[in-house]
Amino acid sequence: MHSSCVCQFSRLFLVALFTLLGSSFLRAQENPYIVAYDHNLEEPGNLEIEYFSTFGTQRGRPDFHAFWSEFEYGATAWWTTEFYLDGQTTFGDSTVYGGFRWENRVRPLKNEHWINPVLYAEFEDINAGDKILKEVVGHDAESDFLVPNAEARREKLREAEFKLILSSNYKGWNFTENTIAEKNLTNAPWEFGYALGASRPLTLKGAAQKCNFCLQHFIAGVEMYGGLGDRYHFGLHDTSQYLAPGLVWNLPSGWTFRIEPTFGLNDTSHQFLLRWGASYEISGFGQKVSQMFKGKHE
Amino acid sequence: MKISMLLGFSALLLTGFSFFCAAQGKPANTEPASIYAELDKAPPKYRAKINPMVKEKDAVPAGKVLFEEHCEECHGENALGTKKAPSLRAPEVQTAPPGSVFWILTNGVVRKGMPVWSKLPEPQRWQLVTYVQSLGAAEAPDSKTPVKP
Repeated sequence: MHSSCVCQFSRLFLVALFTLLGSSFLRAQENPYIVAYDHNLEEPGNLEIEYFSTFGTQRGRPDFHAFWSEFEYGATAWWTTEFYLDGQTTFGDSTVYGGFRWENRVRPLKNEHWINPVLYAEFEDINAGDKILKEVVGHDAESDFLVPNAEARREKLREAEFKLILSSNYKGWNFTENTIAEKNLTNAPWEFGYALGASRPLTLKGAAQKCNFCLQHFIAGVEMYGGLGDRYHFGLHDTSQYLAPGLVWNLPSGWTFRIEPTFGLNDTSHQFLLRWGASYEISGFGQKVSQMFKGKHE
Repeated sequence: MKISMLLGFSALLLTGFSFFCAAQGKPANTEPASIYAELDKAPPKYRAKINPMVKEKDAVPAGKVLFEEHCEECHGENALGTKKAPSLRAPEVQTAPPGSVFWILTNGVVRKGMPVWSKLPEPQRWQLVTYVQSLGAAEAPDSKTPVKP
């Protein structure tokens, strides 16, 4: 009940925002990854509003549905900033607010290269009830989610996360590798993780007519991610690992839909996660906001 | 709690700064020479590339669809330019080697606000180049200097 209220609120918010801005769209060209990042940043001045869900199976406790919203803004052509709000419902337990995250991605090199680095920094103010699994690091395990929501939400986690994103485009394929280092800002060791991804549009040429179902609008891919232990116990021992084939549909109207069934690869991982998401890109958002304050019209 | 407040405040400041950065985009048509000079920076390897789509009959209509979806917002209807991005009907673009235009599309001009479009597959980037160079030279509506045909 609570999560449907959240969904209704999100829908109303989107409708109000689009009406207010008299939005113009820009078709995004997103890869299907939900965890891994590639080197493609948001176009400058554009705002992408995204909603994602993860349905997760859980051994020893009821299954859960985690959900989050992302507000991704292209500050410049080399800098993208993003704000997250997340929550989760554990079936038979309750719905809780998970916290917020704020991330920044910066492209240090001005030209396209064989491998393109992007630097990523994020601050998370979440609680232990957060189940969105946006990254897997250290010794994260399925058993971490056994704690009831009422208890988990009381444990605050303030973390800094850094990634080195190395991504390449080659003959229509995208290959990406993310190295993750995360630090709980209290006295906890650095934790490490990784995410790998590969994807390709179903066809490389554009169609001569506008169409929603042309193969060029679909990109299929696969991502693999997991923990690499911590500063004192580096490696794959007692870590969780996932493999996730995914598909994204980039509609010419500006909407993007993703789906990604995810399979746990070892005993410490959730056995199955189903992740999906929808997003809409508003072009020229920054310019519209600045015009709103200047009182000028084009 | 203090750390959280400090970071929240920093987030607000940086968000404000990002809007400031976005609002700094100057009217592109006022500095055509410097903007189009980017085309000359294309490495010889790219300049020498032959457009593989030039003989494909669908390249122009497909490029038009792609242009409307990805480029028109900034470069304007019929590629005549807007305050956000320059006209692509300028002779500098129309007579440039296709490989130079392809190079700009692939690499963007990141420090000047033109994003990287390497996320579009190579054939789609060539379709865009084919469409843009099929339009021919034309004067931008608010341009003060006439453009030679």
